[in-house]
Amino acid sequence: MLFSVFMLALRSVRRNMLRSFLTILGIVIGVSAVITMVTLGNGATQAIETQITSLGTNLLLVMPGQRGPGGPGAGSGGVPQFTESDAEAIASQIGGVAAVAPQGRASVHVVANGRNWLTTVTGSTNAWFTTGNWKLAAGRMFDPDEQAAGSAVCIIGETVRRELYGGTTGVTGLGEQLRVKQFSCEVVGILSSKGQGGMGDQDDTVVLPLYTLQRRVTGSRKVGMLSVSMEEGADSAPLKASLRQLMRERRNLSEEDDDNFNVFDTQQLAETLSGTMGVLTSLLGAVAAVSLLVGGIGIMNIMLVSVTERTREIGLRLAIGALEGEVMLQFLIEAVVLSALGGIVGVLLATGASYWLSGLMEVPYRFDPSINLLALLFSAAIGVVFGYFPARRAARLDPIEALRHE
Amino acid sequence: MTAPLIQLRGISRRYGSGAAELMALDGIDLDIGAGEFVAIMGPSGSGKSTAMNILGCLDTPTAGQYLFKGAHVEALTRDQRARLRRRYLGFVFQGFNLLARTSAQENVELPLLYRGDGAAVRSAAATKALQAVGLGGWEDHTPGELSGGQQQRVAIARAIVTTPAVVLADEPTGNLDTQRSHEIMGLLMELNSAHGITVLMVTHEPDMAAYARRMVHFVDGRIARDEVNPHPVVAAPRAAAAVETT
Repeated sequence: MLFSVFMLALRSVRRNMLRSFLTILGIVIGVSAVITMVTLGNGATQAIETQITSLGTNLLLVMPGQRGPGGPGAGSGGVPQFTESDAEAIASQIGGVAAVAPQGRASVHVVANGRNWLTTVTGSTNAWFTTGNWKLAAGRMFDPDEQAAGSAVCIIGETVRRELYGGTTGVTGLGEQLRVKQFSCEVVGILSSKGQGGMGDQDDTVVLPLYTLQRRVTGSRKVGMLSVSMEEGADSAPLKASLRQLMRERRNLSEEDDDNFNVFDTQQLAETLSGTMGVLTSLLGAVAAVSLLVGGIGIMNIMLVSVTERTREIGLRLAIGALEGEVMLQFLIEAVVLSALGGIVGVLLATGASYWLSGLMEVPYRFDPSINLLALLFSAAIGVVFGYFPARRAARLDPIEALRHE
Repeated sequence: MTAPLIQLRGISRRYGSGAAELMALDGIDLDIGAGEFVAIMGPSGSGKSTAMNILGCLDTPTAGQYLFKGAHVEALTRDQRARLRRRYLGFVFQGFNLLARTSAQENVELPLLYRGDGAAVRSAAATKALQAVGLGGWEDHTPGELSGGQQQRVAIARAIVTTPAVVLADEPTGNLDTQRSHEIMGLLMELNSAHGITVLMVTHEPDMAAYARRMVHFVDGRIARDEVNPHPVVAAPRAAAAVETT
């Protein structure tokens, strides 16, 4: 019986192709708008997360500076910097730390092949590759002797390599000489490209052993920043707390002293940003959902017209023995078939649209089964809700009156 | 002698109330036996349509008793009456009331659908009913592709597909020309005589009523005359050729 009624409903939808299409248009637009918004929003969230994780997984950045009215990092001039022993202490005394890279930075002109390029020179240990989530495209990391001796070796980023040596990506430039300030170093490795991100061009860099940087570039044994990467799955909050405690102890800060360093947490940053994106996505989805409601009203409208138009048909069905519930079911199923059809078309449209738009907006496209399913179920539910009133009206018709209807 | 199939006792039907009150039926007593062919006649407003609606269990009387197969049906609920209709009654209307853009076969299958029969049963019964009304081979035609006479045949096939006890025909020839009317009457007569189906027919055309074996005349909500037709028409003019000429 249910199947027959379903077939009847399908037939009636097919009989009025144009009208059915126009009726479901509202649902189609509503469903596709909701799905597209949510899919794009998720894509954008994912893009931001990817950019942040490309900084390094579960990364804590310890920087000198006082927490003041100027915000974190303000007034870093007068506060003490770090030492390599700070890094060693953190690595050895705090649990859940995967790697600690002390690093110094300088903005320097580098020269090779008669070409000149202004870049950021970073001096650090091999731990920097772990904390910064870097891979080598070619060559090797630093030897322990090179680190200890402050040898003239360097590893260059893809942008520096391209600007100075040209040629093949990730290859050309290996083994060449690069002049950094007043000394020449040998290129022993090339970093894999991270690509352009929202955080600027991370590939525009030259990496030296920390001691090399201190000895030949900055001329100071101080370390500007510590990057600490946590072990996979480690909880950042307690780790940050013990890190802070350790640093305070090492700096002999008394109870009333403020921190003269800051700990930034990329995980926290990622959570904050994706949380904001999530709110925005829900908001966009909610706005789009209003159009679903409008689509539902369209279905109710057409179903009411349909009931009026088919009054005689309903009268006949009742006369030949259709129960009230059966007539009601027929019209309800018709409304659900219409709206579910709209939902299906909407899902297809949304898949195409969000694939295309995500390409346009340069965010990753990821099919989200749950929102698609939800939109489908919701559109069917709209059919039930908005089909109920017309269906009840049809079922309650008086067969005699209905048969007489012109 | 067994009890009549249909017994009406003091059936009244009142519409409206107060000054607008209208007594459409005023205390009708009527017995109809199984296998009868009854023509219900009368001028407009005489109550014949109201009587037909009550007989067809589409309407309930304001007062009185209606026994169908000895069971009281005057106080049944809507759905109970629908179940009774789908089981025992077949309807033929003046305006055919076929579903548009739906094949003859599917139109005829409709009552079986509500009875809950399976597809194979429905299909076989509908084919058989269409053959019985002389429309074998026309199963796939939609009402738009059929003449008025053929459409009414489809409607009759739909009425008999459930093998009902009673077929109620309300002005079945009202929309047809004379020749088609006679063909339809021939068909109803055959259903009555060959298949033993009780036929109740409302008509105001004496030519058509002449096929019935009993004529009940309504005037002002009462039965004015209930007579046996001594010489019912037994063969419609050119009715024998009906199958081919439609």
